[in-house]
Amino acid sequence: MDLIVEGLSRAIVLLFTGDAELWRVIWLSLLVSGTATLLSLLLGIPAGTFLALTDFPGRRIIVSLVNTGMGLPPIVVGLFVTILLWRSGPLGFLRLLYTPAAMVIAQCVIATPIVTGLTLAAMQALNPRLRLQILALGATRFQMLWLLMREARLPLLAAVMAGFGGAISEVGASIMVGGNIQGQTRVLTTATVMETSRGNFAMAIALSLVLLVLMLCVNAFLTSIQQRKRPL
Amino acid sequence: MEEARDSNRTILRAEGLVVQRAGRTVLDIPALEVSRGEVLAIIGPNGAGKSTLLLTLALLLSPTEGRLWFDGLPIDRRVDRVALRRRMAVVFQEPLLLDLSVYENVALGLQLRGVPASERRRRTWYWLERLGIAELAQRPARDLSGGEAQRTSLARAFALSPEILFLDEPFAGLDAPTRVEVIDHVGAVIRDTGITTVFVTHDRDEALALGDRIGVLIGGRLLQLDRPEVVFGTPANPEVAAFVGIETVVPGHVIAYRDGVASVQVAQRVIEAVAEMHPGRAVWVCLRPEDVTLLSENTAGESSARNRLTGHVVRVRPAGTQVRVTVDCGFPVVALITQTSAQKLSLIPGQSVVVSFKASAVHLIGR
Repeated sequence: MDLIVEGLSRAIVLLFTGDAELWRVIWLSLLVSGTATLLSLLLGIPAGTFLALTDFPGRRIIVSLVNTGMGLPPIVVGLFVTILLWRSGPLGFLRLLYTPAAMVIAQCVIATPIVTGLTLAAMQALNPRLRLQILALGATRFQMLWLLMREARLPLLAAVMAGFGGAISEVGASIMVGGNIQGQTRVLTTATVMETSRGNFAMAIALSLVLLVLMLCVNAFLTSIQQRKRPL
Repeated sequence: MEEARDSNRTILRAEGLVVQRAGRTVLDIPALEVSRGEVLAIIGPNGAGKSTLLLTLALLLSPTEGRLWFDGLPIDRRVDRVALRRRMAVVFQEPLLLDLSVYENVALGLQLRGVPASERRRRTWYWLERLGIAELAQRPARDLSGGEAQRTSLARAFALSPEILFLDEPFAGLDAPTRVEVIDHVGAVIRDTGITTVFVTHDRDEALALGDRIGVLIGGRLLQLDRPEVVFGTPANPEVAAFVGIETVVPGHVIAYRDGVASVQVAQRVIEAVAEMHPGRAVWVCLRPEDVTLLSENTAGESSARNRLTGHVVRVRPAGTQVRVTVDCGFPVVALITQTSAQKLSLIPGQSVVVSFKASAVHLIGR
């Protein structure tokens, strides 16, 4: 019990005394996971929309792959991204291993199927006739997609939240491709693992608290958009 | 010159239209023309291909085979479908509103077309008022009742001033009193604006209320297309006859013809019909239930009706304020009579009655 109380109090002190290292870790976490989420949205929303609105041979296989991808183990992703970026690997020449960019790639691989799968579900939940009605109103293809996404905005924001959640809470892949290098690739989750293994519980609790508060803030913001009553 | 005038009158033309789904032909229309300013009502049972036909004509579904012309322009792969759809409007059975206010929904099509704001405002308010939903303008569309939502959907279509309006069972989802009111409203708007309309429904009364011409679509085929009185009075075949409310359709042979009256043998009986049909001809004898009178055997005196057949009651079923009676005269005849008459005759199955109908009430279709 003392461990927790002491941990909590030290965590608060650390946060409010402006520990430079802690703030660097927080900032890098936001930067890496934010970028990864953004990329996964750019890939996943169009992909999910396409899968929801078109029919082609092999579509079902792709959909089941996407659904499987929603539960992709981060360790497996970490392993494959490491192999890809390894000095002698196919993308080794990019020299990205153990950089924040490598972590962005890994987190993006984890978040994209989540965003794709939830976008697919969101768009498929719309009345299929709505698409015909929008086209019948004289919409171009782009206008139609925009209106459909607008109609599905609540579940689409859920996709954004789930994608960000998947990216920022992931640890296995980040350690493998980032290496948890102090000042370079150390993020909240990898730092928590390290501090815990050192028995440095106060710092670990502080990091976990920050992670929770961060997720709470981001999701509170997105929820406020999602649940906003539209002005009439 | 002749052709130019013709294409000016015809706004939409289809030729050899075939739509297949999973290898099955769901629509097969060799030819169809819609004239400017007319209301073409297509009736048919559920699953007849009505919506498929409407979606195809509205350029929302590509036919498997066949060609379409809109305003003389052939619809091929190079044609700008969006530009053509912007000259049309479609209202579906479900209102299909977006999660916007009523006003924004009605203005949506105009907004998609880039109509300037002032013009958009003017037209949106005009149609909100015309359809009696102006006071709902700021209400979210998801809070509307069925009737209000369908009025919004109709206003959204009318606001586009389309050259052709497609209505896909727009009244089917409404409760009875609302339905009558909305049909009257839409009928008035269509008459006032003279807007060309293609209207599909499974309801004969709706088709009669609005249609200048009525097409009967059954099993993906347009079995008859003509003025309402022709389709309902002289259906082209037994399927159409059954669909337009003729409940007695029986096969027979013409055995004599004299002075415009054909005598037709049906089972072991002879029926007289006002028709120019010569002996030896195989026909379908069609009779509307409301044209059949029932008499009790002992009161059957003289009457001007040429046909009198004795038979026995097979079934008595209430039909709203009336009673539908099936009588076996060697072949089944259906009569629709008032409840009072049914009580007076105290009809019960097995009872003998006399079936009477005029020769002019009988419609013969060649087999």
